[in-house]
Amino acid sequence: MQEKNWKPWLLLSPSLMAVFLLLVVPVCFVVVYSFWLRAPTGQDIPAFQFGNYAKFFADFFYPSILLKTLRVALETVILCLVMGYIPAYFFYRTESKLKPFLMILVMLPFWISFIIRTLSWINILGDAGLINHLLMKAGIITTPFAMLYNEGAVIMGLLQYLLPFMILNIYVSLDGIDRSLTEAAKSLGCTEWQAFREVTLPLSLPGVSAGCLLVFVLTCGTYLPPMILGGPGNEMIANLIFKRVIGTLDWPFGSAISAILLFLLIIIVYTYNRYMGINQIFKSLSNG
Amino acid sequence: MAQEKDPAFVKFQGIEKRFGKVVAVKKMDLDIPEGSFVTLLGPSGCGKTTLLRMLAGLENPTSGDIFIKGKRINDTPIHKRNLGMIFQNYALFPHKTIFDNVAFGLKYRDVPKANIREKVEKALETVRLPGVGNRMPSQLSGGQQQRIALARAIVIEPDVLLMDEPLSALDENLREDMRREIDNLQQELGVTTIFVTHDQREALSMSDKVVVMKDGFIQQEGVPEEVYNNSANHFVADFLGHSNFLNAVVEDRENDFLRVRLEDGSSALVTPSGDFASGEKAEIVIRAQKMKLEYSRNHNSEEKMNFFSGTVVDRSYMGGEVSYFVQLPGKQVLHVINFVKRSPYRRGDEVVITVDPYHCRLLKM
Repeated sequence: MQEKNWKPWLLLSPSLMAVFLLLVVPVCFVVVYSFWLRAPTGQDIPAFQFGNYAKFFADFFYPSILLKTLRVALETVILCLVMGYIPAYFFYRTESKLKPFLMILVMLPFWISFIIRTLSWINILGDAGLINHLLMKAGIITTPFAMLYNEGAVIMGLLQYLLPFMILNIYVSLDGIDRSLTEAAKSLGCTEWQAFREVTLPLSLPGVSAGCLLVFVLTCGTYLPPMILGGPGNEMIANLIFKRVIGTLDWPFGSAISAILLFLLIIIVYTYNRYMGINQIFKSLSNG
Repeated sequence: MAQEKDPAFVKFQGIEKRFGKVVAVKKMDLDIPEGSFVTLLGPSGCGKTTLLRMLAGLENPTSGDIFIKGKRINDTPIHKRNLGMIFQNYALFPHKTIFDNVAFGLKYRDVPKANIREKVEKALETVRLPGVGNRMPSQLSGGQQQRIALARAIVIEPDVLLMDEPLSALDENLREDMRREIDNLQQELGVTTIFVTHDQREALSMSDKVVVMKDGFIQQEGVPEEVYNNSANHFVADFLGHSNFLNAVVEDRENDFLRVRLEDGSSALVTPSGDFASGEKAEIVIRAQKMKLEYSRNHNSEEKMNFFSGTVVDRSYMGGEVSYFVQLPGKQVLHVINFVKRSPYRRGDEVVITVDPYHCRLLKM
């Protein structure tokens, strides 16, 4: 019996070590750094004080960027959900031989550098980009139509980055639904749409829920789309961290912002799990 | 039930289904009488499930018509056909309580709330699972889940109950119980039932009529006794039970029987399944259970029986009976199933197989 108790832990140890070294330790470093002092000379002095946190909440500037980040993340989640459910559902229902090929197309963007993909939007949406070029050629507009360097462009960049995550999460959930369930619903009197609402939609919620959470968290931590596609006012919280740490080498303050973001996300994920009840949904499904 | 029962309550007329180049069901005609229990029996890929799914409205026939109560339903969408469907994997909605599962069909039939409760409770009592309404499907065993699926299907009072291999996910003993339960329930409710299975025991034990299918064709239809005892062809005889086949050439008529010559030169009396001409090549089919073994040394061949002598080459004990494999001088091996005797035959024993000509049926090649 004794043996049985430690064996799983032994087998898990490589992954636990990886998680510990690659996730827990760096996060601890960040948290420790956030309490350090930054001397006017630019040196980091080990200390335990809340100055960095006080600085963040001193005026509305930093919190407002945090709030904006959450708003943009929420908008991205909603757009991703609407735009992701439809292809995922299509993959679930289609009997086309092209399905594996189309699935690869969804994943294809992952094979291209995120930076290149984001930069490519400049060639499409920019003043001298494809769309403006065509519109001007066609004589519809005379001066370029400004589509870049605003929040819309940032969200566009986020969408093309995050949509595959949403599609795949929802698809996996849909694909696990026994097709005879919708057939049963229809035989009992449901139209196609009613069967979707009664059976398919509720049973795909675990995937929807996981996809939303993933997209939300990834949006909160991303800095490339706002940096490349956004204007001066479109900075998100990760850009702020990037600037502090890489730009001004202010590790303690950058760490403090990171810690605040991390803390906020933990609270959000915890609350989300509790009230959206993904655990609950998973539990009820896994037994069956 | 005073009215005359409709002999073609469900009617398939020239029904055909193609999936690309594959023809699943070929130009089939089939009538299903009102209130009867009809089984579609056949190996996988014979088209039985496709036929059922076309009736359910889950597949569209390539050509031909389907009628229920004399009304053509080809263009009626599935949700308006009023059929109860039972699936192999139960297909209970995992996110709904048992009550909501059973009430599901009633909700879409605009039944008032108070009546729904009453009907659901009655249906749960009918399947002998009262009081489980608040539980989730995952909290019930496989057999219980299938009973709930049954309750969900009968509560809407369907015109036809369709069952697609409903017992194959259950284990052996449970299957036996469920088989009897479904049978009783069907007789109690009198609902026309179409049952798809590849299990001959299910088909023979439950049905009023068995339809044996192969490669999209009906091979034979009839009451269980008829398809079993008077199998129309080699396939049916082979698919149902354990049959032995012997090639023979017809010689002449002898009373009700035909005298035939076997490949090894011996002769036998057989019951013809049709008209045979002298000199015609044919096939004798003998059920494994209809043959009796005895030791060669005890044998006297005065009775008007067919005899085959041979050697026991293998046997397998099956509890109530023993399967013997007896090799004839012509190297052919016959499968004989006899009840267990005090001293069973052993490998190498010289035996004589005795079989009544009545049980030797001659089939066309």
